[in-house]
Order: sequence, then structure tokens, then C-alpha cells
Amino acid sequence: MITTLDLVKESQKVRVINISGGWGLRQRLGGLGIHFGDEIVIKKSAIMHGPILISVHGNQVALGRGVARKVTVEVG
Amino acid sequence: MKIALMGQQNSGKSTIFNSVAGYKAVTSNFPGKTVTYNLTKFNLFGQTLELVDLPGTYSLTSFDLAELEARKYLLKNSVDVVIDVIDASLLSRSLELTLQLLELKIPMVICLNMIDEADRKGIKIDIEKLSKILDVPVVPVIAVKGKGIKELFSTAYKMGEKKKIGKTLNFSKDVEEVIEKLSAQIKEKQISKEFNVPERFLAIKYLENDRYFMEDFKNRDKKIFKEINYFQNLLKEVHGRPPDVVISSERHHLSMNIYESVVSLTKPHASLIDYLDNVLMHPILGYISLGLIFYLFFNLVFKVGKIVEEPLLNYFYSIIPLIGKSINTDTLLFSVISGIIQGLAGGIAIVLPYLFPFLFGLAILEDLGYLPRIAFLMDAFLHKIGLHGKAIIPFILGYGCTVPAIMATRILESERDRFITSVLATMIPCAARMTIIFALVAFYISPKAALAIYILNLIVIIISGKILSRLLPEVTPGMILEIPAYHIPSLKVALAKTWLRMKEFIFVAWPLLIAGSTILSLLHYFRADTLINHFFSPLTSLLGLPLVVGTTLIFGILRKELSMLMLIQALGTANVVSVMSTTQIMTFTVFIIFYIPCVATIAVLWREIGSKRTLFTIAFTFILAIILATITRFVY
Repeated sequence: MITTLDLVKESQKVRVINISGGWGLRQRLGGLGIHFGDEIVIKKSAIMHGPILISVHGNQVALGRGVARKVTVEVG
Repeated sequence: MKIALMGQQNSGKSTIFNSVAGYKAVTSNFPGKTVTYNLTKFNLFGQTLELVDLPGTYSLTSFDLAELEARKYLLKNSVDVVIDVIDASLLSRSLELTLQLLELKIPMVICLNMIDEADRKGIKIDIEKLSKILDVPVVPVIAVKGKGIKELFSTAYKMGEKKKIGKTLNFSKDVEEVIEKLSAQIKEKQISKEFNVPERFLAIKYLENDRYFMEDFKNRDKKIFKEINYFQNLLKEVHGRPPDVVISSERHHLSMNIYESVVSLTKPHASLIDYLDNVLMHPILGYISLGLIFYLFFNLVFKVGKIVEEPLLNYFYSIIPLIGKSINTDTLLFSVISGIIQGLAGGIAIVLPYLFPFLFGLAILEDLGYLPRIAFLMDAFLHKIGLHGKAIIPFILGYGCTVPAIMATRILESERDRFITSVLATMIPCAARMTIIFALVAFYISPKAALAIYILNLIVIIISGKILSRLLPEVTPGMILEIPAYHIPSLKVALAKTWLRMKEFIFVAWPLLIAGSTILSLLHYFRADTLINHFFSPLTSLLGLPLVVGTTLIFGILRKELSMLMLIQALGTANVVSVMSTTQIMTFTVFIIFYIPCVATIAVLWREIGSKRTLFTIAFTFILAIILATITRFVY
């Protein structure tokens, strides 16, 4: 199933298939180890539409909802 | 020999820097155009080495201000050796920066920091193999424990002597061909010399569409620009992805390959610290813990400060009458001496007791890795004032000192966010203002009144934030923030950090305090203070404050804590309640907290957000202070 990262439930594992932001967003996420094809686990989702916490390559990154919406992922 | 520490954020660069700079070396903040780097000189093998701590950088293709400055420094200053500091437990990601650094062809040493953490996580790294693959020495280090630091620097020194350069690894064949062709063009036109970088590095940056290099280029040579475009399109067509993605994927694959060939995974040892996030980042418990931690923190600072303040203050104020017995109190000499003593007393008895526990506690929270967690928790709330989670970091640092807080706004990507955060950060009561709140309000009125001031302050900041973001509407790019693993803070490192920050107070602010109180004594002696007080009388009478307070307000612009010490001196007694009502104390404190930022803050604001916006901030805070203090006068 293909969806955006902000809609994924806690503790699910997904694979990045597209980053729909511009050059800056791709560079920023790339620097933190998030690339096309990478595996991500959603660890936490903050209340009140807050950010989500993901784990990628053994590292934790917090992404704001708006950012997460720009990351297309494949679930399962 | 010049050595630069380069690495991703949270890799422990500053710990390595501090372990060399420590207490002994002179650490000078030398200002670049927009960034101040930490620079130190130290001796090794009878040689003086210069060490620069550059801002944390995830990649050499960056747009964040701090990262850009780090790269600029590396390109513009002839650095002899780069120490690439890597968090060993995040090897695969960190190698992507390492590969880019190798492209720069500067002698390099890899520092595998936190090797014990990696071990605990079950990541075993074949150091020799890694060193062979990259042809660069690799030194395992545990910076917090000081292990491997000596070897790191002696290796760096040797590399600098030999000027030996590591290997540049190749990408896939078709990408490599494109790079080669573009490099040839660049070589022909001799562009890379201008930037002082290897052709291959520049070619890759062009292919990646790096803003810094592209922008500089657009207004110069249309011809090579067309070439770049051609090659970018070529990559795009063949790979079906934007050229920058092609390059970063190549680098990612190379790093993963290296990672897989040097790392063997074993079972991780679980530690209690791994479960901390179940509480501290929990959707409900997280907020409760946050409130509790800060409540306890400020309480502790106040308790510690109070125990020390009282006896010290009594001691100092018992000296002055003793001197009055041997020197006539009407003489100029007595004025000067009592001015100096009161300046000394202000530093030792009033400021230091609160400053030290606060800065130490902040250092512990920072080293533990709690600050990014707060950003995570507060993101949703900060969206309500048009900012996002990362802005909380400058705000928290602002409780220490406004200057580093404003510098920390560089971690925010948008200029508008930096401006709003800077203005709001100037209103946060820094440690200097905290000493006023604690030593004046909490001490003479009640801790509850002090808490009320903090709450009022927060409300005002929230409302101001709302107003500012209304005036400057813009969709904020949203938060992208690494949440590093927790680290058990090292007492030694936290103390060193505290000391580095206290130094500013001891060597800059304190002499200013002493000079200030001497000047006030002189003004008083020559009766000049009445003139100034008269000038300020419209303001002081509006706020219902004693006339003598007027002079102290000028001093407050120099340093916020000065105004309190001057107040005590101007009133002629350390027992403030005997001459000022509680309402007056509250009004005074509220005014001091909000009005015009101190000189150091104005200077850094000027540099960071420009003159116009700085003047706006000054006017804004001044008007706000008058309004709030007037309200306090009539309401409290």
C-alpha cells in the first residue's frame, strides 16, 4: 500500500519511494540518512498533530507533519 | 599547523574540542562574518597546534547557515588536517560526509567517537579494514572519558606533516563518466582554482545543483552553465531521478557497502537509558516530566543560590561600615572604595550563586540529549505561534544567555523564523535577569511571585509571537531534527562547558560591574546622579518607582544584572524591602526584564537580523516594557 509518511501508524515499517519536496528537503533528509529506497520505522506520533518520530539506519529523527506529508512510502 | 574538527551534529566534536581547550588554553571566539567558531591553540610535541571547532554539518551540500559557514571556512582557510568526527554507532550515515570530505583532498583523520556506545549497541567495527578502504588513519575515541584523544591528535599531526591524502572512491561507471567530462571542462576554464577546490569536487557540486556554487556562477559564464545543464539532464534521463538524488544515492550506496564490509553486528546490550524515551517522549507523561524537570531545576537553582547569597551579602555589607570608621565617609576615596566593594560583592554574592548552578544544570540537560526531545514535544505548540519545534532550542538557551540563543537561531531554515525567534528570545529572562528575579523578587517577596513573573513572561512571549507571525505570514518549512541517543553526561565535560560560559561573566561582565558601581559612586559623589534621575523622572514617576532608580536603568542596558546591583547601591541598602514596596520591586523587575536588550545582545542582533530589525526590536521591547510595568504597578 502506498501512502504518505504522516498517515502511517506507530511501529509500522515502511520503505521510502518518493520525496515530493524540493531540492532543499531532499538534501536535508539525505543528510540525516533518509534516501529513496530506505527502510523507516515509525516510533512515535506526538499529540495535537505534532511531529512523528522515525527510526532510520539505527538513528532517530523527528519530522514535522508537513514534512512527513511530503514523503511517499510503501507499507508492508 | 591548523587542524579543523568537522563532523555531523551530535558527533561529539565540542567534547573533543573542550578536552583540549579545557581550562588551560585561551579560547577565543573569533567572529567570522556571521558565525563565531571556537578556536584554541595547544602544544603537542613542542609544536603549537591551532584547533578549530566547526559547526555540525550533515553534508557538504547544504543550505543551513551554520553548515554553509563550516564549509566556507574549510574552503577559504588553509586547513592542514581535517579531523572527521564520527559517531561510531551511526557509521553508515556518517560515512556519507566522510566521502565528501575526501573529495576535498585535504589530509584527514577519522575519529570514531563513542566507540563504547557502538559496542553496547552491538556494532563492531573493523578499524583496520575501514582505514585501508579509505586510505586514511582511523582512531577509536571515547571523548567523554578522554580516551584516545592524545593518539587522535598525534595522528592528525603526523598526517599534517606528511600531507598525505586519502582515497577518493568511485561512483557507478556512467555517473563517473559524466563527472570526468564535466571535470575536464572545469579544468579547461580554471574555475576550480578560484574556489580553491579540486575539479572533481566542483563537478559533483554542480551536478548536485549546489546553491552556493551555482549562484556564484550564473552571473559569470553562460557557456559552462549550459554544459552543466546538459550533464544534469543526462543523469536525470538515464536514472529517472533529479541529478542531486542520483549523486546522493551513489554516495549512500558506497557508504552502505563500506559499512557492510567493516561492521559485524552482535546482540546489543540493553540499558535503562534506552527506555527513557518511553517516559520522556510519551504523549502525556512526556509533558508532565517536562514540567517537573524544569520546576525542579529552577527550584534547585534558587535553593542553592539562596543558601550562598544571604551570608555572603551580609558579610560584604558589614565591611563597608568598618571602612567608614577609618576613612571619612564624605571623601572621594571612600566613595571609590565602597563602589569597588559593592561591585565585587554583586558578582560574588548575588550573581555567581545563581549563575553557576543554572549553567551547570543546563549543561547536564544538554549533554544528556534532552533538548531535541523538548523540540519534539513542543512542535505542535510552537506551530500555534507560527514557528516550529526547533525554535525551542534557542528559547531554552535564552534562559542561559541571549547571545548564544540568537546565534542558535541559525539552525532554523527560514529567515522569517530566525527573525521572529530572535525577537522573542530577547524577551526570555536570561541568567542575568534570572538573578534579578531570584535575588530580588523570590528573595524579598516570595518564590511564588518569581514564578508569576516567569508565567507572565511566557504569556507575553506567546502573544508577541502570535502578533509577529500574523504580521509576517509564511508557511514554515516544518521540523526536521535528529533525536540523538541519550548519553550519560560526564561531570568533567559539563563542568568544562559551564566554566567556558562562566568565563564570559567573570572576565567581561564582572569588571564591568565593578567599573559600573564605581562610576555610580562617583556620580553620587559629584551629585551628577540627581541630574540623570531628574531626566528619567517622567518614566520613574509613571511606573511609581523611587527617583533614584533612574540612573540604574542606563546601567541595565550594559548588563541586565547591573541595574539590580546599582539599585541596591543607589538605595544605599541591601535590604531593599526597607525602602521599596513589593509593588515597586515587581514593577522594577518587570520593566528590567522586558526593556531594551543588553549591549551584547544588540550587537549580535545587529549582525544576525540587520540594523532595521534590531532597531525595531529595541523599540518594540521598550514600549512593551513600559506598558507591562505600568500595568504591574496598578494591578499587583
